[in-house]
Amino acid sequence: MTATDDAGTEAVTGVPFTLNGTVFEAREGELLIEACERHGVHIPRFCYHNRMRPVGMCRMCLVEVDTGRGATLQPSCMLPVTPEMAVETESEATKQAQDGVLEFLLINHPLDCPVCDKGGECPLQDNAYAFGPGESRFIEEKRHYEKPIPISDLVELDRERCILCDRCTRFASEVAGDPLIHFIDRGSQTEVNTFPDHPFASYFSGNTVQICPVGALTSSPYRFKARPWDLEAVESTATVDATGARVVVQSSQNKLVRILGLDSEAVNWGWLSDKDRFTYEATNSEDRIVEPQIREGDELRPSRWTDAVKAAARAMRTEPERVAIIGGSRLSLESQYAWAKLAKGVIGTDHVDAQLGDGVPAALALGLPRATIADVCRPGGVIVLMSADPKEELPSLYLRIRHAIVEDGASLIEITPRESSLSDLAAIRLRTAPGTVGRVLAAIADNDVEHAIGSVDPFQLRRARTMLTGNRSVSVVFGRANLAESARYTADAVGGIRRLVPNATYLPALRRGNVNGALEMGLTPSFLPGGVRNRDVLPDHWTSTPVFEGKDTDGILRAAAAGDIDTLVLLGADPIEDFPDAALVREAFDRVETIVAVDGFVTASSSRADILLPAALFGESDGTFCNIEGRLSPLTAKVTAPGLARPDWMIAAELSAAIGPDLGIDSLDQLRAEMGESVGSLAEVDWAGLASADDGPLLRPVRNWDLEFGEAASAPPTSSYGLGLVVDRKLWDLGTLVQRSPSLAGLAPSAELHLSPSDVQVMNLLDHDYVTVDQGDISFDLPFVVDQSVAPHTAWLPARLPGFDVRKLLAAGRPITEIQIRVPEGD
Amino acid sequence: MSRLTASNVLLAREIIGYYPRPKSALIPLLHLAQHQDGYVAEDAMEHIAELLHLTPAEVLGTCSFYEMFKLEPVGRYVINICTNISCLLNGGEELLHHAEERLGIRSGGTTDDGLFTIEDVECIAACTEAPCLQVNYRYEYRLDNDDFDRLLADLRAGSRTDIPAHGTLGRIRQHIGPDRIAGIERPELAGTPAWFTARQPAADGGAGGGS
Amino acid sequence: MATNAYVSHATGYVDNEGPKVVTSRFLHPDSYTLERSEATGGYSALRAVLQMEPADAAAQVKEAILLGRGGAGFPAGIKWGFMPAVWPRYLVVNGDESEPGTYKDRLLMERDPHQLIEGCIITCYALGLNTCFLYVRGEMALAQERLAQALNDAYAAGYVGKDIMGTDVGIDIVLHWGAGAYIVGEETALIESLEGNRGMPRLKPPFFPAAKGLYMKPTIVNNVETLANLPWIFTNGVDAYRQLGSERSPGTRMLAISGHVNRPGVYEVEQGVVTFRDLFYGDNYCQGIAAGNELKMFIPGGGSAPWFFPEQLDLKLEAAEVGAAGSMLGSGALVVMDHTTDAVKACLRVVRFFARESCGKCTPCREGTTWEEQILQRIMDGNGRPSDIDLLLDIGSQISPGDYPAAAFEAEGLTAVPFPPKQTTICPLGPSSVAPIVSAIRRFRHEFEAKMPVAPAVSDQHEQRTDGETSMSEAEAEEVHA
Repeated sequence: MTATDDAGTEAVTGVPFTLNGTVFEAREGELLIEACERHGVHIPRFCYHNRMRPVGMCRMCLVEVDTGRGATLQPSCMLPVTPEMAVETESEATKQAQDGVLEFLLINHPLDCPVCDKGGECPLQDNAYAFGPGESRFIEEKRHYEKPIPISDLVELDRERCILCDRCTRFASEVAGDPLIHFIDRGSQTEVNTFPDHPFASYFSGNTVQICPVGALTSSPYRFKARPWDLEAVESTATVDATGARVVVQSSQNKLVRILGLDSEAVNWGWLSDKDRFTYEATNSEDRIVEPQIREGDELRPSRWTDAVKAAARAMRTEPERVAIIGGSRLSLESQYAWAKLAKGVIGTDHVDAQLGDGVPAALALGLPRATIADVCRPGGVIVLMSADPKEELPSLYLRIRHAIVEDGASLIEITPRESSLSDLAAIRLRTAPGTVGRVLAAIADNDVEHAIGSVDPFQLRRARTMLTGNRSVSVVFGRANLAESARYTADAVGGIRRLVPNATYLPALRRGNVNGALEMGLTPSFLPGGVRNRDVLPDHWTSTPVFEGKDTDGILRAAAAGDIDTLVLLGADPIEDFPDAALVREAFDRVETIVAVDGFVTASSSRADILLPAALFGESDGTFCNIEGRLSPLTAKVTAPGLARPDWMIAAELSAAIGPDLGIDSLDQLRAEMGESVGSLAEVDWAGLASADDGPLLRPVRNWDLEFGEAASAPPTSSYGLGLVVDRKLWDLGTLVQRSPSLAGLAPSAELHLSPSDVQVMNLLDHDYVTVDQGDISFDLPFVVDQSVAPHTAWLPARLPGFDVRKLLAAGRPITEIQIRVPEGD
Repeated sequence: MSRLTASNVLLAREIIGYYPRPKSALIPLLHLAQHQDGYVAEDAMEHIAELLHLTPAEVLGTCSFYEMFKLEPVGRYVINICTNISCLLNGGEELLHHAEERLGIRSGGTTDDGLFTIEDVECIAACTEAPCLQVNYRYEYRLDNDDFDRLLADLRAGSRTDIPAHGTLGRIRQHIGPDRIAGIERPELAGTPAWFTARQPAADGGAGGGS
Repeated sequence: MATNAYVSHATGYVDNEGPKVVTSRFLHPDSYTLERSEATGGYSALRAVLQMEPADAAAQVKEAILLGRGGAGFPAGIKWGFMPAVWPRYLVVNGDESEPGTYKDRLLMERDPHQLIEGCIITCYALGLNTCFLYVRGEMALAQERLAQALNDAYAAGYVGKDIMGTDVGIDIVLHWGAGAYIVGEETALIESLEGNRGMPRLKPPFFPAAKGLYMKPTIVNNVETLANLPWIFTNGVDAYRQLGSERSPGTRMLAISGHVNRPGVYEVEQGVVTFRDLFYGDNYCQGIAAGNELKMFIPGGGSAPWFFPEQLDLKLEAAEVGAAGSMLGSGALVVMDHTTDAVKACLRVVRFFARESCGKCTPCREGTTWEEQILQRIMDGNGRPSDIDLLLDIGSQISPGDYPAAAFEAEGLTAVPFPPKQTTICPLGPSSVAPIVSAIRRFRHEFEAKMPVAPAVSDQHEQRTDGETSMSEAEAEEVHA
């Protein structure tokens, strides 16, 4: 191929260069190693990684390059192609240099390949076969280090195998922003290590194992579990959070043994959180439900599928208003559609909600112009963050935003009740007291910036306004930053931005796996699949739609507690542990006649079921994921579900057959065909091509309604002696998957109340470890820590941590939550 | 063993102020920690990490690269004997061996009384005065074995008041008064000095460029 | 003025016949004080420069052909011109002098700190920048103290800081101590170190300091001695400066001559005029080889330079001439070795230096220098194998491919290989370790061979293989038995 052969834009900006005697075109600014790769010439490398800054230190990618001043050896990983550059990747000089580097790398390498996890998939091993001398000329004593040392709960380091390529350390510092591992010492004594007693406790530590070009870093969950040649692999999507990181799922002997990140340009760039990577362990858990069960008295007893389905169908065949379904974000898009059709088209109930009171109003998520992750991270753009800390809740999104700020000149306006992991990088930080975020944004929108709102001063309001109204593109990441505060303030804040920046786009920071798919498929009150309103629409293949407006989870539980619900279906939901108002859940459960649980695990809630239907989980059934962008990507079965567990859509089909009318679905293909016809936003989806697409297609929303915003409200301010409570989630907590993954279960920190330094000072708490927390009639002692990230007059308490159930302090419907703190009696 | 004292924290903050970015103060602060304790203690590294908003691993990564920073306690007097080429030609190795024998320790070791550490070091820039050594980075030139023995005796006797304990480097520090400092700003905020812009010929405004 | 003698309060310095550009105050015991500096013309050049347009000052430095004195010998004025019109920009003064055999910056900092400070301010002014970092080698406590005192005095006297000498010019100089790492003398490593990092060099391109230096901003890194020339140049004029030295290498430079000579010392010498023979044997310089011995070899430009031999004595100390002959003048460090010197031992000692000082970034340097040292040590210990000699050369060629720079050896029909060496590494440290190996083996292969055991004991060889991970090939086994 020559420059003139190339058509299109590439030819216009292409940089001609000569590769082994033939002229090719590189892209403007493209690194030589990448340009050669694109034109079919692989240059060996160890330190180079396309998602990190090149360092040019392993020297394996040296090639002979002539830029007009004679040929010299240059690292192709650091050299952008320039016009007329001539490269020889096969010349004697190139080969000698590469052979030499390989010999140097091997002299101190232990060559313990037979017992090394990396053996069989090791770049050093592969290159050693292709390059370098057959035998070693090194007869001196090799470097010795203590064999693998744990550098975190999940990662072990064998320094003898390490070739000091700087990949893991660069990842930790550049990509994750957690420089907890580092080069230590100098020269041939250089080693990678942590500071004593400061482990590599990064949420992203597993990536270092994946990118290690030798067996120096191994993950404790996978260590010695399988050999690469025994592994089978498929591409899929992580369902742990709503960003939908792309993954490779690997199994051995019909068991999931490893998850690797897949480089998706649109989503996760190859990186995974450790939660994405290691929660596969839960699918192998003892807690799996492997057969249908029916309650007999106090006990759940195994039953046949037909009996369990019949019993469940009987319970659902009551008045539509008396049946409610909670959950569904665990399901594939196809199963979500099937369940939505079962609920709304067969049973006729609109009491359906996939969000458990910790999300945003469905209309807000569905109705705002959607931003992709790439839109949010557009170079030079402005990012407004109004959600919980993305590092804790949407780690893949955190990495992308961090990169956008650090490398691509994006600016962050952080409008949150406490500092996030991105605060240090933020251009503007507005610390909004609970209940005030709506008013703060209204003030900015209305240019009412003369007065402070809480701790947000006029100067900050003006700066934010100036940045938002500049000529840079604005995108907004919004979600429930505080579970102890009503969702309406989030909606108000969005309304403010919408008025001020009409062109802004929005990315909802939703909680739980395929929750966006659930909203899009109508597992939320008032909407049908495709995000259309219930009224006036009858989708193809449907015979009816609900005749009433349903309630959200909070409303459903209240109705249940009031005796207005007979049958409560838990679709992979565990409200006893997961809904903010635990007391309300208990009342509701006590009152309903029948609880049907469709779940993969025995949980606090599913163990209360009257009928328990076992579901296939991640890696056990095919389907589609729809991430917060509305991007579709494949979910792929790799192993068979345990026992009698089945895909959720199949369960819906069987229930509908028992209830009548039948959904008319008996294969996934048929289900997809129907979805394409009945769901407008899916009309153009090429289902067959989904599995092979690098970046899946985006939904094309077709809405039959407009989003409306009311006047921004403000919660009553906290009293002068009270603290506004901020509640959100940590990555490691008591969640179902984490607790059923043996390697992760212990990582959840114990609950502590986080107080600002100034409040601790004012309240004279410095000499104490515990405080007494009062709220209404409730009162208890809690350990506390002084935390710079907490704003004055607020207290931060992450939810679902061992030691204390924060939900004791929460009640559904309360605008904000105020607590009082005092020194414990007798202390 | 310890975090920086209150007065050293004040000094640390002054030093940080002399740099456009805080991390540039890392090596000076490690020197300060070593000045305080005679070596760089783990607690001190953690404290420095806090002061500079780094992780302790980053502090250790830098600290361990530079051979002057000692991660373990060393003798009150660290005797660095040069054995590089010019000293080698003039008896540097013999001097090192004599020192090792006299003190009963090998290079890198510390005497039991905690008084002396010997190191076999690279060129210390006194090549014409070989063999040479430094005691806590103060020079001694053209030593024979007797000179060395006398040096030890003097150090033991405490008569070398010109040599501070290990860890103290320059005993005079730079201090820039707030009334005299021209202004050191973060690179993001710093622009072309006003005096330079004013001195640019009007016709040649482009050369000034920048902000 | 010259006494042609040691100056006791400036140990090492020899005050000989010849023009004094940078050492003119060394004779005064209080040469480092502001009082002495002012009394002998200190800061008068600065006063004049402040009246000039900055660009004119820079132009004069370019015209003077002020060659860098740190090792590479690149003209400072041209280097300054590489800076793009981007601010902020920085001046970093490289006082991390550590090249084996080198010391002249230390004396300049200890003996005349104000001359250096004046040179710094002139440079900052000419380049339109207001922050300068003076990076002093960590081990130089006295230089640090003298510079700290001098800076405190100069700030107080209005030569540094804001409103310099009554003008609106404001420039800060920050004194920064290193902490022991030879590689930090390399300019990109120096910048890394100044940023608080491990002193590991950056690749050039893209990281040419003049464009992307400290904090990725344009940065000029100049050597101490280079800048110490500026006050003289601006006091006496460019023409006067160009009259010193040779046409291609004007001015003087400080040379440290050590090893086996009768009068080792640091001399200020006109560039490009004298020969090595003048230096080693001349009455004005070192006055001959010590103890009446014969010259065996010498290092003409610091530990990194390939060795020269008696045949090269009549070369002038001029960069191009020395380069063509197979070595470099480098940092102005000459080490003279007489016929009693063990070439293998000298080679080992210089190689060991590079192995200990390798930063560890590039594989060939990190692994190669250590391997070289291990082999040389083994040969010195009497455990060498005949194949080790070629192995050493092979390892060298994997760090520095192609023919390595070397002096001609006519007796063996070997012509000179010109400087500089090629490299598989980012910086020249690794390739420098090859200089003593190629120099010594090319000239004194028989000395290596003489150290090989006559009949190596097989058991000794096995003890080397401590962990059994490396098995002996048949060929090796035969060699051992041979």
